[in-house]
Amino acid sequence: MTASPALLSLRNITKRYPAVVANDNICLEVHANSIHAVLGENGAGKSTLMKLVYGLIESDSGELYWQGQRVELRNPAAARKLGIGMVFQHFSLFETLSVVENISLTIAGSRQVLSQKIIDIGERFQLKVNPDASVHSLSVGERQRVEIIRCLLQDLKLLILDEPTSVLPPQHISALFEALRKLRDSGVAILFISHKLEEIRDLCDTATVLRGGKVAGSINPARASTQELATLMIGHEVAGVNTGSNAQTSSNSQSSDHALLQLNAVTVSSDDPFGTSLHDINLQVNSGEIVGIAGVSGNGQKELSRLISGEQMEKHLPAESIKMIGQPVTRLGAAERRALGFAFVPEERLGRGAVPVMSLAKNTLLTTFYQGMLSQGFIRGGKLKRYTDECIEKFDVRCGGAQAMAGSLSGGNLQKFIIGRELMLSPRLLFVAQPTWGVDIGAATAIRQRLIDLRNTGIGILIVSEELEELFEVTDRIHVINSGRLSPSLTTAEVTPNDIGEYMISHNQRGSHGDNSNTGDGHAV
Amino acid sequence: MQFKLDRRERASRRMLLLTPLLAVLLSVITSSLLLLILNKPVGSTLHSFFIAPFENFYSITEVFLKFGPLLLIAQALAVGFRAKVWNIGAEGQMIIGAIAASSVPVYFVDSTSGWLLPAMIALGAAGGMSWAAIAAWLKTRFNANEILVTLMLTSIALQLLYYLLLGPWKDPMGFNFPQTVMFQNEALFSPLFSGVRLNTSIIIPIIFTVAVWLFMERHFGGFKLVVGGLAPQAATYAGFSAKKAVWVSLLLAGFAAGLAGMSEVAGPIGQLQRSVTSGYGYSAIIVAYLGALNPVGIVFAAFFVAVLQIGGDVALVSANLPISAVHVFQGLLLIFYLATYTLVNYQIRPLRHASSSTTEGQPT
Amino acid sequence: MSTLEFFLAGTFSAATIFLLAALGELVAEKSGVLNLSVEGMMAVSAAVGFVVTYETGSHIAGFAGAGLAGVLLSLIFAITAITFLANQVATGLAVGILGLGLSALIGRDYESLTIASSAGINIPVLSEIPLIGAVLFQQHPVVYLTFLLALIIGFTLKHTRLGLAIRSTGENPHAAQALGFPVFLIRYCCVAFGGLLAGFAGAYASTIYTPLWADGMIAGRGWIAVALVVFGTWKTGRIAFGALLFGMVSLGELIAQSMGAGIPSQLLSSLPYIVTIIVLAVISTDRARMRLHSPFSLGETFDGTEGR
Repeated sequence: MTASPALLSLRNITKRYPAVVANDNICLEVHANSIHAVLGENGAGKSTLMKLVYGLIESDSGELYWQGQRVELRNPAAARKLGIGMVFQHFSLFETLSVVENISLTIAGSRQVLSQKIIDIGERFQLKVNPDASVHSLSVGERQRVEIIRCLLQDLKLLILDEPTSVLPPQHISALFEALRKLRDSGVAILFISHKLEEIRDLCDTATVLRGGKVAGSINPARASTQELATLMIGHEVAGVNTGSNAQTSSNSQSSDHALLQLNAVTVSSDDPFGTSLHDINLQVNSGEIVGIAGVSGNGQKELSRLISGEQMEKHLPAESIKMIGQPVTRLGAAERRALGFAFVPEERLGRGAVPVMSLAKNTLLTTFYQGMLSQGFIRGGKLKRYTDECIEKFDVRCGGAQAMAGSLSGGNLQKFIIGRELMLSPRLLFVAQPTWGVDIGAATAIRQRLIDLRNTGIGILIVSEELEELFEVTDRIHVINSGRLSPSLTTAEVTPNDIGEYMISHNQRGSHGDNSNTGDGHAV
Repeated sequence: MQFKLDRRERASRRMLLLTPLLAVLLSVITSSLLLLILNKPVGSTLHSFFIAPFENFYSITEVFLKFGPLLLIAQALAVGFRAKVWNIGAEGQMIIGAIAASSVPVYFVDSTSGWLLPAMIALGAAGGMSWAAIAAWLKTRFNANEILVTLMLTSIALQLLYYLLLGPWKDPMGFNFPQTVMFQNEALFSPLFSGVRLNTSIIIPIIFTVAVWLFMERHFGGFKLVVGGLAPQAATYAGFSAKKAVWVSLLLAGFAAGLAGMSEVAGPIGQLQRSVTSGYGYSAIIVAYLGALNPVGIVFAAFFVAVLQIGGDVALVSANLPISAVHVFQGLLLIFYLATYTLVNYQIRPLRHASSSTTEGQPT
Repeated sequence: MSTLEFFLAGTFSAATIFLLAALGELVAEKSGVLNLSVEGMMAVSAAVGFVVTYETGSHIAGFAGAGLAGVLLSLIFAITAITFLANQVATGLAVGILGLGLSALIGRDYESLTIASSAGINIPVLSEIPLIGAVLFQQHPVVYLTFLLALIIGFTLKHTRLGLAIRSTGENPHAAQALGFPVFLIRYCCVAFGGLLAGFAGAYASTIYTPLWADGMIAGRGWIAVALVVFGTWKTGRIAFGALLFGMVSLGELIAQSMGAGIPSQLLSSLPYIVTIIVLAVISTDRARMRLHSPFSLGETFDGTEGR
């Protein structure tokens, strides 16, 4: 142990959930003036650990020391009192309140005083935001700033950030890092949760790697090689995705020129006050190619997905606005589009792609019912079970069989099930939103590999993803969505992540709202 | 004591079967305390409620007479509740069904045609469905909350009933009582046994139960409704129409409630009068929940609540207990059921030492 | 008093019942809890309020007893729906059924008895103004207090930390909890406050508005109060306006009868319900507006975990 007591010291922390030990005997020390990474795959127990430190959940056993003193954190208010602040991955802001109202929920002071403080801090740390703006009008990056400012307004000693870069365009990441370094130098300790190796090497002074709920090791990221870090994190070496040759299909030019999905000048104004309107969307997906849609979340991805899937029908659009596999589908519903040879894997697996409290067999029925699963409207249980069993087998879904509840599967396995279910429909056009969200590296690699293999068989694939690395790994062309507008098509091999980033932040993100923050976007966070 | 609720890995089947019994037990205990406060004999009142209905043949047939409409309406309501379509106006749909069915014998007072009863059945069902259709239309077209609309429609139906009974449909020979003429035998279901009121209409709820069971457990239509109730976004994703679910749920309930109303006027009552529904429309909500919204469970629940209502009639006489006491008991039953039902999906754990957590279960 | 004066003055008095109950429901809903047992809470409180006033001769005691009854019943709701995580709609119905049964039980020996109403006040000078004086300045104190309360609740929800805490709990209980707000406690308090106001509404109905007890006397007014919250798109000013509108409609029956119009009384009795349905349809059809103003987590069960 070091001479001065650590700012925060966790000793033998264990937290069990019914199905899993999320944290198993974890020890960790965080010192002032340092940026400490907590690295691990999805499901390694990082978020659980941080929630324990922030007082959101209680450990089953183990002790927590703050500046050498044993403490019990029963709620976030107690944690904040000690000087602990947290920025959540999915922000804990209230959309209908203004920035200053949100901040006044936890920070005392009149609104005028707080507004001034927000402006002051914004200037000091390059975290500019308009205190009177309504949160629902802010971009994701601005929301993150609000959360950080909220933490800074308390007497902050330890700042926890949960995957803060996952929502930012590349250009803004370095600015965030700059602000964090300034904070560290002003005496604040930072716990930085991530599953991205490179950014940790760039930013962090020390790293604790979690694997399967246990500490796999503590190292200095600047000295360790990427391969070392990766091996610690995953337990074995990672295999890359084999992009294979697209030659087969490109030689067969007839099929690759065949448009499977066409959106022609689609403009839809959102009737949800918190939604994004789509402007003049032109998009084409041909057979034998993967087209990616990049963008910071909340820029119209949701609306575009629903429009393409048929979950949202816009009957006022001209009939030819949306064409699928040669047919106008503007006025067809989700089930009818599926029957044409379209399949869709939505970003929300539980509650949208699958019903959590229904068995996998019943969940199979959701999208396969027109595949002979019904006889006179009655469900053919035997056939349904065989289909489900085959899907479980073929796609390596680890579960308790066809009767297992969808909600009991891990994120990765449920994603494999849903993708499997959709692929068994033998679609000609596949649309996947956030294919690897919350999925561990092994499964993610397998999923990406499968998408590429499918493309090579001539299927047209559309992917919406917020992970640029993923899009660069698998796509042939990329569009960027920004404020409900789609960029021109970019050939993946010819652009860099920074080019894509330019499209993500170019012109005003949110119309008239965020005043200064828009023009200053490139320089602020 | 402090406790917290932990979500179970999967729903407990054992608890699913146990909770109704637990709810009954808790309701009986609470009601007994209430009886003590009211200074009523506990033992004999409980006897009136739970034993007396079985003490003679007539009482048993009366239990089945109540069982019919409760079963019929509850089965249909449960379908809607599983789709999260909150129709709580079955009472009103029942009234309109009764009115529509009664129009036949009221306007064809002297007819002895064999078509009387079939016509009443058709009109009763159509009447109930049309009343429910108003709510369905307002919900799907204008997004109007069906809870409030079906309730308001019930109040309107009641006023319509009063208007008819005090005005155009009043029995001219009825000493100014607000009721229609007594219907001719051809407009009535025939009793199953001589001297009892239980009649052939009991076959309707039984057939309906089998049909609902098939629909909900085996048919794709039922599956679509259940998905819509459990995960509306998954239903949209699959391409199941939410509007259709509203229409199916409400029309089915209107159909069942209308038939129930019809079988009351063409059965035990034999005419249209103010108390035509006997509160079946509300009691059926309790039956639907107590039966865990499951077609088989509802059969048992309907029987139990029917016993309770006959028992209440007995207690009315034997212990001078007001009929409202039965409503209190029913309310308690549903509250206890809803509270204990949590144990199907959660388990109770005592909270370790003094540390209370704001994140899970509330100390009480 | 002219018919017009009587009508307008009566409007305020009738509106008070709707407004009290609707304000209570508004606060509960703002915290994210849909308590549909308003009708039952009002019925029990009306019975208790009447019995206590009858026995003690004190309207204040009657109001206190009624308020207590409303709170107790709302706590039964809260324990079932908030602590035991039961479906809020079903629980509201259950507590409503219990309340209607209890009210009949409590009031059984008092059926059709009457008590003296509590007198209104005459505000000096102002009450002498023709028409306006009778309508605005000769009302019962509870009427003034209710409209004052509407102002206070509106201000509290909009401009105070307490209001912010309630609104944020109703918008997103998970986030509110992450910030350290006692979500369960806030919801309990808001539901109990709703019970208290429903209790006062019941007491006003049975001891001041029509000082007599009759089984079923609440006659759907609790439900209309629930509907009023939707009509007012969760804003106190509009709710108060809606309450006045319904106060007027519910007086329509009396007025039309006094004018001897040849309209069946049942049609007039149906009028509040018909108006409710129509207004509900008109207001609800603007989905964007409903989405913007309704508490986002309204009616959803919150189990305190983070949806892990």
